[in-house]
Amino acid sequence: MSIRATKQIENSPLPGGPAFIQGNEAIADAAVIAGCRFFAGYPITPSSEIMRRMIERFHTLDGRFVQMEDELGSIAAVIGAAWTGAKAMTATSGPGLSLMIENLGYATMTETPLLLVNVQRVGPSTGQATRPAQGDVMQARWGGHGGFPCIALAPSSVQELIDFTIRAFNLAEAFRTPVLLMADEIVGHLRENCVFPEQVEIWQRYYAPGEPPFDTDHPSLVPSMPKFGDGEDLLITGSTHDARGLRMASSAEVQARVSWRLHEKFERGRDEIVRTQHFGEAQPKLLLVSYGGSARAARQALTRLLDQGRDAGLLKLDTLWPFPEQQLQAAAAKADQVLVVEANCGQIVLEVERLLRNGPRVTAHLRHDGEAITPSEVLAAAEAL
Amino acid sequence: MSERLLTQYPEELRPEAFPTTFCPGCGHVPLMTAIFEAYRLKGLKLRDTTFVSGIGCASWIPSPHFKADTLHTTHGRPIAFATGVKLAAPQRRVMVISGDGDLASIGGNHLIHAARRDVPIVAICANNFIYGMTGGQVAATTPLGHITLTTPWGNEEPPFDLCKLVLAAGARFVARWYVGHRRELIETIAAALDHEGFAFIEAISLCPTAHERRNKPRGMGVTKDLFVTIEQAQGMTEQELEPKIVCGRFAADSTRRNK
Ligand code: SF4
Repeated sequence: MSIRATKQIENSPLPGGPAFIQGNEAIADAAVIAGCRFFAGYPITPSSEIMRRMIERFHTLDGRFVQMEDELGSIAAVIGAAWTGAKAMTATSGPGLSLMIENLGYATMTETPLLLVNVQRVGPSTGQATRPAQGDVMQARWGGHGGFPCIALAPSSVQELIDFTIRAFNLAEAFRTPVLLMADEIVGHLRENCVFPEQVEIWQRYYAPGEPPFDTDHPSLVPSMPKFGDGEDLLITGSTHDARGLRMASSAEVQARVSWRLHEKFERGRDEIVRTQHFGEAQPKLLLVSYGGSARAARQALTRLLDQGRDAGLLKLDTLWPFPEQQLQAAAAKADQVLVVEANCGQIVLEVERLLRNGPRVTAHLRHDGEAITPSEVLAAAEAL
Repeated sequence: MSERLLTQYPEELRPEAFPTTFCPGCGHVPLMTAIFEAYRLKGLKLRDTTFVSGIGCASWIPSPHFKADTLHTTHGRPIAFATGVKLAAPQRRVMVISGDGDLASIGGNHLIHAARRDVPIVAICANNFIYGMTGGQVAATTPLGHITLTTPWGNEEPPFDLCKLVLAAGARFVARWYVGHRRELIETIAAALDHEGFAFIEAISLCPTAHERRNKPRGMGVTKDLFVTIEQAQGMTEQELEPKIVCGRFAADSTRRNK
């Protein structure tokens, strides 16, 4: 399927080349490289450095920044800005994500491109603000009422924060949807070597004057997106609406079409959206599955397992949602054991179990005490299988 | 009602939005046409404004009726959405039209912060003292003693004075008129369109379906007698003023702002 967005190679507005930088700051720099010129946010640990860095960058790049009164308002302002044609984002952590979720659903329903960065910390509730976890990955997918799909990416390094942030903006534009960058405190506060691009491929939302903004026959199912002032008399609503945006409060037919298309556009876009990385044996007997900050420990544990001569491999999920179903099934085709490594009480493991039922034995190494998972723990868990 | 409106305002209204869902006698209809008249008075085009609304009957004034860009948002958040629209594209006008439940209760935080921040938008709050769309529950604006679905023996909670609230938060353009004060309302909306900062207009509206029906015989809970102008109020005792609603353009306390 072809992507319904214009693609262009552009020079980065920031100097390219090697850098040694904190993860959160890297997100901000990558966002402005991707064309982001609007940020609305509310302070929350451990994501606040993103907002601080954006202000600095916008100072020279003529971006618009506002610190809103709460997270509900932050994402609302971002959605409003996105309809003026801007690439817009916000950044938060778990408690803020909870507050943003109603409007995240609104953005999904109105097909508004934006980036929501969630630097996860351990919960539930206020939990521990400066300690890492990956407890929001199911919330990202299922947190909103009504049940809507999303695109969520999980970076494991500062370099991936840069690459995935740029990619997230491109996917948001191409699929007209909010994209969640599901970072965590480990990568957000990590300082490491990385390389900034000199040139980047930038995708822009598709717009054809006069085409309906809320439905299309195009195989991508992504409609044209005008902006305010284009003279299209936009009717944007979170209520069920027809192709022109007119509210259809009781038509089952229109509701069915909206529900189907919002899900189906991601299904059709899977090849573009879903990315995984594979380390070690391609179809091993022992498959590790991990993502984000925890995948760093899993990868080191894998090196030791391979040194021991084990038939092992690691599937790192760079895209969490839509879930890499085929990639998982292919990687686990010859496995006896699958070990999921994640910093929560067991979330992605449920998806793995669902997809590998009747297949290998699936277990999980979980940690939800606000400490980072270590390579030796993963190794021990793998050896105990 | 629909046909007459469409003939009177062919430039402003979308025919596909009709027949309108407003109940007969709803105060939101004269408010809607007052907005059109204010634009005509100023020689401005509706299309040069982005209209933002929340959830509730008043939010349906612009969406889907207006032939212009409209953003019908989530409950309570239109001012926050509008803040993003205005900041990202400052050259275009932004007007929020929503109800009292939306702007002053669930969205109260955004209201006071937009006033404090002086976001250059016009916010019109259609205050009908009730949650109309959901069947007539008590609101943060329902007068004491009024019968609602959730206060069957009379409201015991004192209501907000929205104008005082927004003034205290720092707004410099704050006004209140009843939708029956047609000329004054039109002129005030027109003046708000010229204001450079945050402009707040409380338009006292009517909800015959959910409010008037329960509170006065023959659907007359709100009449012109209920209102006095700021000038009239100056000559009145506190006791005389108690049941009245003061209308007009309220002056901001200019000493408050540290510019
Ligand atoms: S319920 Fe009340 S506010 Fe809503 S349309 Fe009817 S009269 Fe107007």
